Amino acid sequence: MQGFGLLSILIWLPIITGLLVLVLGERAIVAGRWVALGGAIGTFLISIPAYTGFNTGTASMQFVEKLSWIPSLNAYYALGLDGISLPLVLLTTFMTIFVIIAGWVVIEQRPAQYYAAFLIMEGLMIGVFSATDSLLFYFFWEAMLIPMFLIIGIWGGPRRVYATIKFFLYTFLGSVLMLAALIYMYVHGHDYAIAAMQAQPLSLIEQRWIFLAFLLAFAVKVPMWPVHTWLPDAHVEAPTGGSVILAAIMLKMGGYGFLRFSLPIAPDASRELVMLVIAMSLIAVVYIGFVAMVQQDMKKLIAYSSIAHMGFVTLGTFGIYAVVASTGSLSGAVLGVDGAIVQMVSHGLVSGALFLCVGVLYDRMHSREISSYGGVVNVMPHFAAFMVFFGMANSGLPGTSGFVGEFMVILASFKASFWFSFLAATTLILGATYTLWMIKRVVYGPVANSHVAELTDINNREFLVLGVLAVAVLLLGLYPAPLLNIMEVSVHHLVAQAVHSKLPL
Amino acid sequence: MPETTMTWASVAPAIGEIFLTFAICAVLLIDVFSSERRRAMTPTITLGALVITAALLVTVGPVGGRVVLFDGLYLADPLAFVLKLAALLFVAVTLLYSRSYMSQRGTARGEYFVLTLTALLGIFVLASANNMLLVYIGVELLALSVYAMVAFDRDNGIAAEAAMKYFVLGAIASGMLVYGMSIIYGVTGTLSLDELAVRLGTTHSLGAVLGLTFIVVAIAFKLGAVPFHMWLPDVYEGAPTNVTLFIATAPKIAYFALALRLLTHGLGGTVHEWSQMLGVLAVLTVILGNVVAIAQTNLKRMLAYSAINNVGFILLGFVAGTPEGYAAALFYTLVYVLVTLGTFGVILLLTQKGFEADRLDDYKGLYSRDPLLALVMLALMFSTAGVPPFVGFWGKLSILQQLWATGHTSLVIIGAVVSVIGAFYYLRIVKLMYFDPPGAGRPLPEWQPGVRLTVAVNGLAAFVLGLLPGALLGLCSRLLH
Repeated sequence: MQGFGLLSILIWLPIITGLLVLVLGERAIVAGRWVALGGAIGTFLISIPAYTGFNTGTASMQFVEKLSWIPSLNAYYALGLDGISLPLVLLTTFMTIFVIIAGWVVIEQRPAQYYAAFLIMEGLMIGVFSATDSLLFYFFWEAMLIPMFLIIGIWGGPRRVYATIKFFLYTFLGSVLMLAALIYMYVHGHDYAIAAMQAQPLSLIEQRWIFLAFLLAFAVKVPMWPVHTWLPDAHVEAPTGGSVILAAIMLKMGGYGFLRFSLPIAPDASRELVMLVIAMSLIAVVYIGFVAMVQQDMKKLIAYSSIAHMGFVTLGTFGIYAVVASTGSLSGAVLGVDGAIVQMVSHGLVSGALFLCVGVLYDRMHSREISSYGGVVNVMPHFAAFMVFFGMANSGLPGTSGFVGEFMVILASFKASFWFSFLAATTLILGATYTLWMIKRVVYGPVANSHVAELTDINNREFLVLGVLAVAVLLLGLYPAPLLNIMEVSVHHLVAQAVHSKLPL
Repeated sequence: MPETTMTWASVAPAIGEIFLTFAICAVLLIDVFSSERRRAMTPTITLGALVITAALLVTVGPVGGRVVLFDGLYLADPLAFVLKLAALLFVAVTLLYSRSYMSQRGTARGEYFVLTLTALLGIFVLASANNMLLVYIGVELLALSVYAMVAFDRDNGIAAEAAMKYFVLGAIASGMLVYGMSIIYGVTGTLSLDELAVRLGTTHSLGAVLGLTFIVVAIAFKLGAVPFHMWLPDVYEGAPTNVTLFIATAPKIAYFALALRLLTHGLGGTVHEWSQMLGVLAVLTVILGNVVAIAQTNLKRMLAYSAINNVGFILLGFVAGTPEGYAAALFYTLVYVLVTLGTFGVILLLTQKGFEADRLDDYKGLYSRDPLLALVMLALMFSTAGVPPFVGFWGKLSILQQLWATGHTSLVIIGAVVSVIGAFYYLRIVKLMYFDPPGAGRPLPEWQPGVRLTVAVNGLAAFVLGLLPGALLGLCSRLLH
């Protein structure tokens, strides 16, 4: 038994800060804001020792905490980090700061609750990534729906109620079936620890059902075609901060779930059903790419682009079986999973930044329609530079983080099949088309109307947010090695687990 | 082994029932003979009686194991002890929540408190009954008190109608129960549940199954399982809200005890038969309860269908047919009652003279009118929907877990999917309170600090038990082993 440690602080500090902001209330909002920002920055600073103190030489869980939680269910309050969850935890603590800053003076309705909701979300999301007990994982996973439900429902756009209920019910449906699968494994293995479930022997038929239950839960979250339809609605209606958290972190939970649960727990079923997932991923990349192209609403366009980009994550994740089948070696498979994780982190930064850019415009014009804009560069040159930069990153320009992940996944899928990589590579064209076409219509050209002419350029606060994110995107694009180092051993371990059959020979 | 002499040790475990009986007489007499001004003391005296009963139970009542008294009629065990304490707590809180509602409507008369106490006595008797006759006495004591409570506001036509329906259908259910018991008696020749368990364990007769069928129907009636649920929405909606609160809380514990003592103990030999019957009922119940709840515009009626749905989950715990399954059902029952108590507490706090706060539209924009009540309601709604970190989640989890453990795959899937359907109408309440602008002309709720604090604690309990459910889960599984 190990007591409270770093990870518990990371989970509970933002939650307690959030409650504190809630207690301070709307009347003390000036203080509340600073408390919220302090909490977010504090959490980020505390997460840095997790990075510096991380031992890249081992695949086992680090910063482990284990306390008895529910003795009669044999469930533990068990936390730990490995090379797969650490980058996502860091992404969470990093992005939350910008969400708080981005809502600084913009949110006029119940701001204290707004900050509180995001801080509580942050704690719960870190909980999801660091739980090593599946019941604890599920606890955080579901609890997270409540603040998000409120965020979209209270601060969202005109159709927010429809969007938020759709969001909740979609994800809830996926989750309860995952819960059923987890309980099934507990009933047979008497242990809720994820590691025990990964080691639990399961027949192919059991694995198949468990895999499908997980697939539903995680595919909804990612989201994969054809269960993606909640995302555009939720994104369009969510406030800027909500969109950022949704795109940057919540979508990653699906990808994380595949890596942590689906592959190691049901390896044989994953191998058997891999074509299903690859087909869904490629449809997401190609078809959703076309769908993104015709969107009139900037947020909707970025939402669809997120679905296409997350297609790379699932392609890289499940591509390992195709790679191993055709090459017989694990190295290509590792490349694919590495690519998937890099893509997750990069997409978190880039899509978050793009939603912040749209937020900057929306705060001024109260319109997300592409056709309301035009020639923004003439009045907002600094903003235009950022938007173009993030647009380039979104379309995978070399030198930005968007390139690294996509390139690795395409390279890995090439080893599996020429056609996989061919279809995946269409994103280089499609992504560029929809992103740059939007940028062209919004940013360039003559000033479209008098409203655009009255726009003011970004202020220092916005400059700071976008600037830091731009630096992060560039750093990751030019020098991804630190991230790859963290992941390396864990990914090797994961791939070995994923290709190791659980069936008796 | 029948005892011939009555000693202190042979009555001490029944101290709760004994004191309660005296208290009922005392409250009745005090209320009749005191002056109009003194009569206002009756609610306080009643609460005092509850506190003393609890104190006596805790000091004198506990038993180490299974103790059978009064020639095998009466059973004292830790389970009965916990059920009685829970019932006491829930009834006391019910009285507290109802106080201002009743005084606003002039229904806070002495008879109401007497009826509350007799109903509680019925619950006590059911929790400890070890003989079919005593079971029947407990059922009737509870039911007859509640019929009268529903009709208590005699000038209210809807309530009278509800009481009539309740009485007629409830009488049919009681008839079923006594008929089933008589068949069982005819087949086995005993009324004692202990003896019954022995005799049915060895012989298996069609007659016993016939009797069992009637008993299952009666239990389904009492709990409100489909297709015997017809009375429940009308009674919930028609009864004064304080009575609805009463019906929705403590009696559920009694009927849980009824099902447990009769089915799993006395008729334990026919577990195969009754678990199949309950399986069909439970599936119909969870589906119908959830689907029909969506269409409701009256909150009390919606909560009635929600009760039906939750009863379905309790029955699913019985379907598992194992002590762990019954423990899950017990946990679910306690948690459900706790959450329902809070929900009606919020409703009662929002009522005014002439304003019942029972339509869904009355909750529009509640957040901006009363943030505390909205927050409590939010927690309770998410809890009933089974979303962590609230305690309702653990109820659903333990039921599903026991169904998996006993190989009821299709029931697990049905239970999981209907939870999602159910989530919709609980979310709708949250949506009304938080996302909609407040409607015009709603009276501001009266400020009752004590009651508000209790409601807040009630909501907090749903949260804290959700974070740390270990103790209660452990207690439930210990009680049924």
